Amino acid sequence: MNEPVYIVPNPPTPNRILQFDLDTCSGCNMCVDVCPTDVLMPNPEIGQPPIVVYAEECWYCGGCVEECSRSNSLTLLHPTSQRISVNWKRRETGELFRLGMKNPPPPRPRTASGKPPVSPERKKSTAR
Amino acid sequence: MTTWHDYVQTNSHLPEWPYPIHYSKVREVVSDVLVIGGGLAGCRAAISAAQNGATVALAERGNAKRSGAGGSGVDHWHGACTNPCSQVTPEDYTRAVFESAHGYTSGLVRYISTREGWDTLLEAERLGVQIRDEGDEFKGADFRDEATKLMFAYDYKNRHILRVWGFNIKPAIYQEMQRLKVDIHNRVVITSLLTEDGIQGNRVIGATGVNTRTGEFYIFRAKATVISTGSAGRLWSFLPELTASSSMGDMNNCGVGLAIGWEAGAEFACMEQTMPGRLSGFGYAPYSMANAHNTYHGTPIVDANGKEVPWTDGSGNELNSVAERFLPGRKQKFILGDGIGLAFYNEEYRNNSLAPDLPERIRKGEFTLPLYADMSLLPEAERRVIFNMMLTNEGKTRIPIFDTFTKAGFDPEDDMLQAPVMLPQGYAHPNFWGAGVNAPANIRAQSGGGFLVDWNLSTSLAGLYAAGGAPLFGGGCHGESHTTGRYAGRRAAAYARGTGETRADRDQVEREQARVLAPLSQDRGGIGWKEINYAIARIMQDYCGAYKNELTLNAGLRLLKELRETELQTAYASNPHELGRLLECNSLISVGELIMHASLSRKASSKHLDFYRLDFPEVDPPEWEKLLPVRQLGGQVKVRELSLNYHLEAPFNGDYEQNYLQHCGQ
Repeated sequence: MNEPVYIVPNPPTPNRILQFDLDTCSGCNMCVDVCPTDVLMPNPEIGQPPIVVYAEECWYCGGCVEECSRSNSLTLLHPTSQRISVNWKRRETGELFRLGMKNPPPPRPRTASGKPPVSPERKKSTAR
Repeated sequence: MTTWHDYVQTNSHLPEWPYPIHYSKVREVVSDVLVIGGGLAGCRAAISAAQNGATVALAERGNAKRSGAGGSGVDHWHGACTNPCSQVTPEDYTRAVFESAHGYTSGLVRYISTREGWDTLLEAERLGVQIRDEGDEFKGADFRDEATKLMFAYDYKNRHILRVWGFNIKPAIYQEMQRLKVDIHNRVVITSLLTEDGIQGNRVIGATGVNTRTGEFYIFRAKATVISTGSAGRLWSFLPELTASSSMGDMNNCGVGLAIGWEAGAEFACMEQTMPGRLSGFGYAPYSMANAHNTYHGTPIVDANGKEVPWTDGSGNELNSVAERFLPGRKQKFILGDGIGLAFYNEEYRNNSLAPDLPERIRKGEFTLPLYADMSLLPEAERRVIFNMMLTNEGKTRIPIFDTFTKAGFDPEDDMLQAPVMLPQGYAHPNFWGAGVNAPANIRAQSGGGFLVDWNLSTSLAGLYAAGGAPLFGGGCHGESHTTGRYAGRRAAAYARGTGETRADRDQVEREQARVLAPLSQDRGGIGWKEINYAIARIMQDYCGAYKNELTLNAGLRLLKELRETELQTAYASNPHELGRLLECNSLISVGELIMHASLSRKASSKHLDFYRLDFPEVDPPEWEKLLPVRQLGGQVKVRELSLNYHLEAPFNGDYEQNYLQHCGQ
């Protein structure tokens, strides 16, 4: 409550498109390198997660997540209007769920078909 | 602390621009072949030009490693007609597409794509893209060939469409470009083509551009140039705050290749053809909702009470089994498949789909909303191939859908994914997530038109080639972008071998540099790029919507010109990123002008082109069944007439294969 108050524009829309894990993100900026629309900028403080500057230019391709050198440091968050739209019903029980709900059911992990992707340590920055 | 707002409020100062600023610096890049646009077509063009001995430079708006419409993957490959299991010839396929489009597509582009599509896919396999069920995950399935381990989509009998594990196709191709020493320039927005002596209509000798991180100005000089950029996705529809996640094109889609080609004097065909802006972002995140189309083809749809919606064949006859959803009907030769740049399919090639009278049956109460996808009703292999294979490889589905949904507890064995709740007519097309019914009627999208090319994929300008779904007249699907890119790169390299170097015209370069950098030094009273983009979209919606006449089109042209000369003249960009977006608004205006001029030239309405003139209401009168190629010369718009069958008429041969063999260069 005692924090300083500043004049800032309204929060952008969508607002939080990516969630960085502050404990594991190394600030390597590989997500910044590959983003096709330059949504992200490197943090001036070396080693810190990038800054999401142009959230409304994100088209949710997930390339940043695939490129992340430390898996699970980066989670893609659909805009609220999309999360509220993704609903499903459990056939046996009739329970209703939605993406982003308060008490979500446990994950149902599945293995993607095909050869496993290239391991993260082989990834290199392509920035120029 | 990961948003700009977080940063500012925590540190109480603005973060400095993280890249060096070089507004007054000029970089000259010289190569045999220049490729503009580093999506799949462009990367393929760069690779094949390099393989054919050319030095190659590539300019890409984002980072070519993952950018472009196909940057995040592909799950099936159309028109692989020469694969060992295919029962469809390139000629059969091309004729089926040409007839379905009533001649308003380029037969030569379609033929090249199907003649070389399989070879192009094999090349991708050599680069590390999985195209066969090597792990025998689907052994014994109806859609798999035991000998080759190839897997098929849509039509398990004719086997010309292949399922592929293409999630890594873009990084794999990027790596090959690096290996071949392609000079890749990421984060460059191209602003103009350079022509011999700086004259419109002359030979193309390179391009200019600006780096959207540093502001550095680029002069590319090349003997041959390939344009392989995206469509003008922001032209009629611009609402990024609302629609970006549901769009099938990213923010970089501003038709820059079309715009610079139009300004340089190249000829275009069918730019008057548009379609409803179905995938322009008024729906839901792609593949995030229950539907029965494309990646989800064959998925059972049930109503709120569990009652299943029937499937029908291409003629509307009800199908009795799941297996029939993947086979041609009794009277059909083969199924063309969805997502190949066709607005209409002739009955004999049409896909099986949900009952076409579903909207009416919902209105009458036979089916109760909301609808759901119940994948438990599918055979196990079909369920697994859709969810574990197709969804993990198609663009924008590996992370946004498969990863996100399974982490959130969704399981296709136990759960039924809900379809959007929308007006009943929204269920007329099985791609429910697109929710076309939710898009305003006057929001249109480019459809099929583009550069008119010959059997070399050369445009009407010497030294300029086109490749890819968006810039080519007759462009269609993911595989076609690869294949036409590969072909155009080869032809451009051959052209470059036979021609000398030309110096850029100094006046043309200086004029362009002054124009490009102007927004950086102007009065801060000017407005920004977003407001201008909204205004462009408004003009297109109002004056070039579903219905048009000569007065509205001319009014639209006048307003686009006014916007360019007033608001855009005084617009301000505070950094290279904003400058890039502002320059793209220039491109959007040029593409809008091209479309309006093409629309003025067709003085008739056409069902096949989804083109309606209020002042010429007669639909498809026989005397207007022709192409009307349009270009600029000396600043004047020139229109000519061309037969729909131009690709098989003089100066070309009357036979597809003969033309191909004479021009393919291998």
